[in-house]
Amino acid sequence: MSGNGARGRGPQGGGHTRGDGMSDAGPLDLPSPRALAARRVLGNARAVTGLVLLGLLFLLAFAGPLVSPWGHDEIDFTAFRRPPSPEHWFGTTGSGRDVFALTVRGMQKSLLIGLCVAVLSTGLAAVVGAVAGYLGGWVDRLLMWGVDLLLVLPWFLVVAVLSPALGGRWPLLIPLLAAFMWMVTARMVRGMTLSLRHREYVLAARFLGVSTPRIIARHILPNLASLLIVDASLGVSVAIIAESALSYFGYGVRPPDTSLGTLIADGSGTALAYPWLFGFAGGLLVLIVVAVNLTGDGLRDVLDPAAPQHPRPRPRPRTPRRYGGRT
Amino acid sequence: MSVLTVRDLHVTYPPGVRAVRGISLEVGAGEVLGVVGESGSGKTALALAVLGLSPSGADVRGSVRLRGRELVGRSDAEMSLLRGRDIAMVFQDPLSALTPVHTVGDQIAETIRVHAGATRRAARTRAVELLDLVGIPDAPRRARAYPHEFSGGMRRRVMIAMAIANDPVALVADEPTGGLDVTVQAQILDVLRVAREATGAAVLLITHDLGVVAGVADRVMVMYAGRAVETAPVDQIYHRPRMPYTIGLLRSLPRADGTVRPVPIDGAPPSASAPPAGCAFAPRCPVALARCGDTVPEPAPVGPGGHRAACFNIEATADLDAVFPHRPAARRPEAPARHRRPVVLQVEDLVRHYRQRRGGPVHAVDGVTFDVRAGETLGLAGESGCGKTTVLMEILRLARPQRGRITVFGEDTAALAAADRKRLRRDLQVVFQDPFSSLDPRMRVADILAEPLSAHGMPGPKIQLRVRELLGVVGLQEEHACRYPRGLSGGEAQRVGIARALALEPRLLLLDEPVAALDASVQAGVLELLDELRARLGLSYLFVAHDLAVLRHVADRVAIMYHGRLMEIGAASAVYQRPAHPYTRALLDAVPLPDPLRERKRRRIPLQGDPPDPFAPPAGCRFRPRCPRYTALRNDALRRRCETSDPALHVLDPSVDRQVACHHAEGAK
Ligand SMILES: Nc1ncnc2c1ncn2[C@@H]1O[C@H](COP(=O)(O)OP(=O)(O)O)[C@@H](O)[C@H]1O
Ligand code: SF4
Ligand code: SF4
Ligand SMILES: [Mg+2]
Repeated sequence: MSGNGARGRGPQGGGHTRGDGMSDAGPLDLPSPRALAARRVLGNARAVTGLVLLGLLFLLAFAGPLVSPWGHDEIDFTAFRRPPSPEHWFGTTGSGRDVFALTVRGMQKSLLIGLCVAVLSTGLAAVVGAVAGYLGGWVDRLLMWGVDLLLVLPWFLVVAVLSPALGGRWPLLIPLLAAFMWMVTARMVRGMTLSLRHREYVLAARFLGVSTPRIIARHILPNLASLLIVDASLGVSVAIIAESALSYFGYGVRPPDTSLGTLIADGSGTALAYPWLFGFAGGLLVLIVVAVNLTGDGLRDVLDPAAPQHPRPRPRPRTPRRYGGRT
Repeated sequence: MSVLTVRDLHVTYPPGVRAVRGISLEVGAGEVLGVVGESGSGKTALALAVLGLSPSGADVRGSVRLRGRELVGRSDAEMSLLRGRDIAMVFQDPLSALTPVHTVGDQIAETIRVHAGATRRAARTRAVELLDLVGIPDAPRRARAYPHEFSGGMRRRVMIAMAIANDPVALVADEPTGGLDVTVQAQILDVLRVAREATGAAVLLITHDLGVVAGVADRVMVMYAGRAVETAPVDQIYHRPRMPYTIGLLRSLPRADGTVRPVPIDGAPPSASAPPAGCAFAPRCPVALARCGDTVPEPAPVGPGGHRAACFNIEATADLDAVFPHRPAARRPEAPARHRRPVVLQVEDLVRHYRQRRGGPVHAVDGVTFDVRAGETLGLAGESGCGKTTVLMEILRLARPQRGRITVFGEDTAALAAADRKRLRRDLQVVFQDPFSSLDPRMRVADILAEPLSAHGMPGPKIQLRVRELLGVVGLQEEHACRYPRGLSGGEAQRVGIARALALEPRLLLLDEPVAALDASVQAGVLELLDELRARLGLSYLFVAHDLAVLRHVADRVAIMYHGRLMEIGAASAVYQRPAHPYTRALLDAVPLPDPLRERKRRRIPLQGDPPDPFAPPAGCRFRPRCPRYTALRNDALRRRCETSDPALHVLDPSVDRQVACHHAEGAK
């Protein structure tokens, strides 16, 4: 038995009245939700593995150039298309550039683009979808009209047209890519919000006078956390690949700068003959995706309300009830 | 000769959930054994094990014999040959037992052909006969309908027809009336009686409701934490129970005659994964002895007719009142007469129609008028779907209704600005039916209780104090503050729901079936709490319930609703004693009494038909299609009034607080 014996014997047993001297007992001693979440993330093996791996990858990307004997834009005219050696750790390309220097340089771009685009687009999808679904009416119609419009726009062409305006400022790629990745998720979020908004706990919050932004932030979005986390994890790889497609056609990161996607695209044609041109960039991309997915899975476990401390089968209600309908 | 014999049955679900812990029972031909227990006591696990339907991974040990043949350990193939022929079942959820893509006639005919090898034509004829037997009107035509075209009550009838198709020797019915309205429940219980007489089967009737068992069962077995704690002939159980849990269960039942106040059993049942070493009831038992905690009591004879009880302290239970003594009602301050008290909520001619994509609008609420005065409880009752919840939701929206007027504390909701609305929300709060779905699963109890406080701008440190205070007010401990809703029992979760509603110190509480999802013993505790709070905090309640027995104990006035309209409203005691509207009378007639003697003697006019679809009501009186008084009218002129004119609520006698919407109401003096 889990402490059932001490349950209150109704109000008579305790003789509680409002403010009957309980106030001097001091406030409740509760850990803050944030501290609790942090503790649980650190207790989750998958989340910890994913986060450590991500940390190492960032370290490699940003500390790599400092220790590399070659810069990414330097050319070694004595070594064309050489396999890995003590001089060139990951080998060299056909034009004599150091693959290690290129790879870590590309990783910087890809990590930043992948993570930022994923977070940005999922965040946008969450807010737009939840606002549209929760408020309904003309707000919903307007936002969904915008979503449909963006869905039919050929994003590749738009980016290609805007690309000259970027003028090589690659960080601008982040909002540009994010702007075209959130729509399908927004529609899913809206659909799930439509069913959540008639849940009794959402109604209860509304009838208690809780404001709409707060209801969306505290009751709607947390209950969509699984969907959003999966979406963001997928978004990282999608963004990295989309960026490489753009770069391949010369619209994204431009030479002599580079990205993982560009390296993979360049190296894939000769992958069998010169595996180092392709293998290191490809392997690191896989590692990034694995790290992100591990972190995502771990976070999902941590945020799952079914997991916490006191698992006890709950009685099934006899007459399930649905509130609302159309309002 | 017993048909179904169970000996020392144990069922364990992974991981180590001991759902059934040594049950023995016997049911003879034509006999009904009622199995009663709270949710989680292992009733369903017992039924599934008897039928050989335990989920894979379950460990079933012991013996189940059907006419001497052992069933435990048989292969699935052998069992499915037996099931449907020798032993049949009726479950709570008929939709899962019927295939949606075949007509019900075909499905019944199919079981007959599979098991009895009848010809297609003979099987079809028999299927129609069976549907007729269980009271499906126009059986030959309805046999060609699909399951989803039937109402909930009609589907149960189809299930029963299917179960008795092959004249089984034993019938297992698990909550056959669960989730039904009392009116339909009464009909289904009648059908079960018919089915038993038609087949002479041994019936195992499983339910949480002692009222259901009283009128149908011959013997009753009470289960607690996976064990049979008391078994006796039905009259013995109700009039001379000996085991403290049975006594507590009976005491906790609300009665529609209002004679005795329900007494709760404090505490909650033990968890099935860690059953206590001794008597499972010991932590909640008022007469526990020292050794009750160490040794498990075995069922021993305590009375005539095979009356057995598992208890060490039988001597202490000779006087029932001593075990669970009556608790006095909360004393309410002397209130002035009703017409002197201020009106806190006034609803005038409220209308709410839902537009449909297809078909006409749903008339959910169709002109409802009532008021609630300070310090009183108005009970709102009616079958499911009659619009009770819609009335509450319309009030809670605090916006202009489609038609009519809602006035809360003297303020017309149509004229409210956003700031006024937020201010009014402090005074007007709600408690929902299902305590779990009304609490955000991702928030801790403390955060749930803090939410309304911070939304209304209370500073952080004060919130903590208030949360602690609220937990105390509803009888919870501080340890509950950091639990998630999942970690609470049903009764505890509902207390959290009540605490949240009280957080802003409201003056009017709207309660939507606040105890319908709770077990009887827990229900009584929550009712007691609500009663207490009303007296102490000077609250007014609008209390919605489909259970008239519950309302009898909480309401000062009751309003009876049908198809979006009030049929009768007035002082509770008078309405219960002398219902003036035929619908009120029918509802009261259908409430099962936890008393087998009176249940058998009862002169019932069972209400026929199902609750209406909430589309456009018929011309004239909307209750006419089901009205027994209309059917009994012989005078054409009188009948025509019912057919052509829609009766409005009118006062029968100016000296009595009672209004009725019927042209031929009985005098309500
Ligand atoms: N498939 C299952 N796996 C694990 N535990 C189960 C399963 N089914 C039921 N239980 C548990 O077994 C106990 C008895 O359940 P049940 O027979 O459904 O009770 P009742 O019918 O009285 O509500 C409960 O603790 C329940 O949670
Ligand atoms: S055995 Fe003991 S604890 Fe159990 S019911 Fe009897 S007196 Fe109470
Ligand atoms: S008005 Fe007629 S049909 Fe309606 S309830 Fe009265 S008797 Fe029945
Ligand atoms: Mg059950």
